[in-house]
Amino acid sequence: MSDVILEARNIVKHYPVTRGLLQRTVGWVRAVDGVSFTVEDGKTLSLVGESGAGKTTIAKQILLLERLTSGNIFFQGKDIYKYSASELKKNYRPNIQTVQQNPWSSMNPRMRVRDVVGEPIFVNTKLPKNEVYQDVGKLLEQVGIGAEGMSRYPHEFSGGQRQRIAVARAMALHPELLVLDEPVSALDVSIRAQIMNLLKDLQTQYNLSYLVIAHNLATVRYMSHSIAIMYLGQLVEYGESEVLFKNPLHPYTRALISASQLTLPEDAKDSSKQIILSGEMPSPLNPPSGCRFHTRCTEVMDICSKEIPEMKTIGTQQVKCHHYK
Amino acid sequence: MFGIGKKKAYTGLSRGTRIVRSLTLIIPSIVMVIMIIIALFANLGWIGLPDVGLAPHDPNSTNPRDKLLPPSFIEGGKSDYFLGTDRLGRDIFSRVLYGARVSLSVSLIVILITAVIGTILGILSGYKGGRTDAFIMRVTDVALSFPALLLAMLLWVAIGPGYWTVVLALSILGWAGYARMIRGESLRIRESDFVAQAQVVGASTWRIMFRHIFPNIVNSLIVIMTLQVGMMILAEAALSFLGLGITAPTPSWGSIVADGRSQLDRAWWISAFPGICIGLVVMAGNFLGDWIRDKLDPRLRQL
Repeated sequence: MSDVILEARNIVKHYPVTRGLLQRTVGWVRAVDGVSFTVEDGKTLSLVGESGAGKTTIAKQILLLERLTSGNIFFQGKDIYKYSASELKKNYRPNIQTVQQNPWSSMNPRMRVRDVVGEPIFVNTKLPKNEVYQDVGKLLEQVGIGAEGMSRYPHEFSGGQRQRIAVARAMALHPELLVLDEPVSALDVSIRAQIMNLLKDLQTQYNLSYLVIAHNLATVRYMSHSIAIMYLGQLVEYGESEVLFKNPLHPYTRALISASQLTLPEDAKDSSKQIILSGEMPSPLNPPSGCRFHTRCTEVMDICSKEIPEMKTIGTQQVKCHHYK
Repeated sequence: MFGIGKKKAYTGLSRGTRIVRSLTLIIPSIVMVIMIIIALFANLGWIGLPDVGLAPHDPNSTNPRDKLLPPSFIEGGKSDYFLGTDRLGRDIFSRVLYGARVSLSVSLIVILITAVIGTILGILSGYKGGRTDAFIMRVTDVALSFPALLLAMLLWVAIGPGYWTVVLALSILGWAGYARMIRGESLRIRESDFVAQAQVVGASTWRIMFRHIFPNIVNSLIVIMTLQVGMMILAEAALSFLGLGITAPTPSWGSIVADGRSQLDRAWWISAFPGICIGLVVMAGNFLGDWIRDKLDPRLRQL
């Protein structure tokens, strides 16, 4: 059992919905509704779910771009809301870096690559310019861009190259944890594997921990140690990657796995095994009663719309479903 | 798809259109350059050279014997006075040259002051949001709704007329337009991914405002600044015309027009020539502003 680097305990994010002249609050969007997970040192946890499940909100909460409505986030055992402003800047922020989904909007178009990648170092240290640029050169070499790209502008690079630059920037301060928000979903399929290999190599080399946000199970299977499946702001299943793929417990997980296998035509032949969910995810403004998945579940029972299921531990997996006692 | 002989399909513009388009750039540029040269070289005394220059006469020297002479190219005019003289016998040509100095420098100084203040407040308002935003925007509303003439009159009474009174009067209210526009742009850029990235890294508010937001709004800023050239020259002329601007006898285009108003029936040339100058510069400023906007508009640039 390795050490826990980041723990989310029952985190919640509710956005108020206001209406009218006086901006009265008429309801709450429950974007994240009581989610708990841990990221272990040097390991990868993936949060998987449809769009609107609250994955990105969780990423933003960890990166302190959004405040928690309630719950706690612990970094190396310490509640991050108990850090002072200077401790945050010195101990937390440099250790939690991020790679965003869209490599076209995540870089200031008016900055050269050396300033994009060097910015974390400029902000957090007092190193002179030429030393920072030396570091930047090394970082760029490491991600396969080469130091000669330093004085160019981001728009001169392709999507895959830009994502490599984004990884170099995230690595600039030698962080402990990277939050990877859909790191490959904006890229061409042919380039995805390269970026994922790069991330895997960096993980083994620096003992990095990853929190990966994704909507496609197939892409994260390759690099995750454990996976948490999210639906409508809550976790529905949580377990080690291989166990979860071999023996998915929750009907939603099964549907997701079935959907991800459809990418290979030979798997799609056996259509009897396909699970195709109907409809859209319900609104987080007014989530369904009981189990939140019951409106689309293929194995729905009477109890599902009446009682909220508890998180139950089955072997090494955790699942939130009435099918398991 | 496009054959070799179909070059037109690429440009989409006929030869005539392209010529007209480039003329709308070339002519205003020439006008502007001429006006700036006039303003700089009306007299060379101010850069330490002998007291000579483009202006043939001292703009303020009166000559009662030569009063109300028409321009030299009209019957009855003297070749000595190219654009005629006013009721005190002062040379209109020299006065218009010197007047360019006041009109252009006032507008330039006011544009610089208002752009700096408006940009800082606009970025602050857009990026910080919340109470800062609400406060700055209410002050902006007040500035935009306050009658400029009333303010100019108040300042005229309080600190007396003069060059800097005009600058102050135009600057006190002029920043509000910039602040509003820059705020809107900042709001848009604040939400972009690269600002979030900077926050994750722990960049200071100051750094985000000036390294990330400012470089991305500089295009729009340049566009409004050029479009303001015409506006400010008009505003200065209006104040001077009403007697709230530059004190006599110092010439400014607006005050020369005002001077000639009472003799319009007998000596139209006094008001006409500075008026033409105002029109030319304002038009040139607007054409150049439009051209720069087309060039710098980010949506067009990305194509």
